[in-house]
Amino acid sequence: MDITIHTTSLPHDDPDASLAFYRDVLGFEVRSDVGQGKMRWITVGPVGQPGTSILLAPPAADPSISEDERRTIAEMMAKGTYGWILLATRDLDGTFEKVQAADVDVVQEPTDQPYGVRDCAFRDPAGNMVRIQELR
Amino acid sequence: MCHPAWGRALAQDQRLKDLVRLRRVRDRIDRAHAQPLNVEALARGVNWPAGHLSRQFRLAYGQSPYGFLMTRRVERAKALLRGGDLTVIEVGLLVGYASQGVFRARFTELAGVTPAAYRCGAAAAATGAPPIPVRNGEAFLTEPQLA
Repeated sequence: MDITIHTTSLPHDDPDASLAFYRDVLGFEVRSDVGQGKMRWITVGPVGQPGTSILLAPPAADPSISEDERRTIAEMMAKGTYGWILLATRDLDGTFEKVQAADVDVVQEPTDQPYGVRDCAFRDPAGNMVRIQELR
Repeated sequence: MCHPAWGRALAQDQRLKDLVRLRRVRDRIDRAHAQPLNVEALARGVNWPAGHLSRQFRLAYGQSPYGFLMTRRVERAKALLRGGDLTVIEVGLLVGYASQGVFRARFTELAGVTPAAYRCGAAAAATGAPPIPVRNGEAFLTEPQLA
């Protein structure tokens, strides 16, 4: 077996805002950008790590999702309980300063957790929780 | 005349905006749970009356902002007590309780045991000794009704 984790997806509700966050605030590179309007699939990832990507995708694009389910997903995104991701960096405090300066909703300042990790947390423009953990 | 579908779309749009506002309040509690926080200050932050915020927050998240703040503090206190390096008094102060009496009361209400008993139970579990039964978040939840 030789399997890598290649792409994971996060929903967006404003593709331009999500693109600006992942590209301009986190410094990710854009690997592809297809579709138009709200139906855009944007692949981004960290510079120097071409093997790992995040796909920013429209939520509930599958036609078999019902209108009620679509509404529920939109509401969960708005209230911040739908998507999340865990990133990591060697420089947590430097990263936190940069992200905080970009007028992003901060959920948690860098904190030593009793279970042994140090991390911080933000919201992306779609309401997804973005936790960043310190690599030691 | 406005088409009925537009009215529905506008109402849904407003609902999503309100939920984003509630998310910001919830995130603020998460971020600042160790500081003095009250519902009036949280409500001022989003330009809503306190009663309206409490009702809407409960509808969205299943408990009042005050209840969520207490849950967060007790959750953090449990983690710190399990760590075992800090006294009960230190833990109470660290998670945002200026008063030991209030810390003990809220913790006991939500965890089902006192902070000291919780720490003994956690320590016993860590060393493999027979644990003192600890009810984890199963205590009957009675929170003061605000506004």
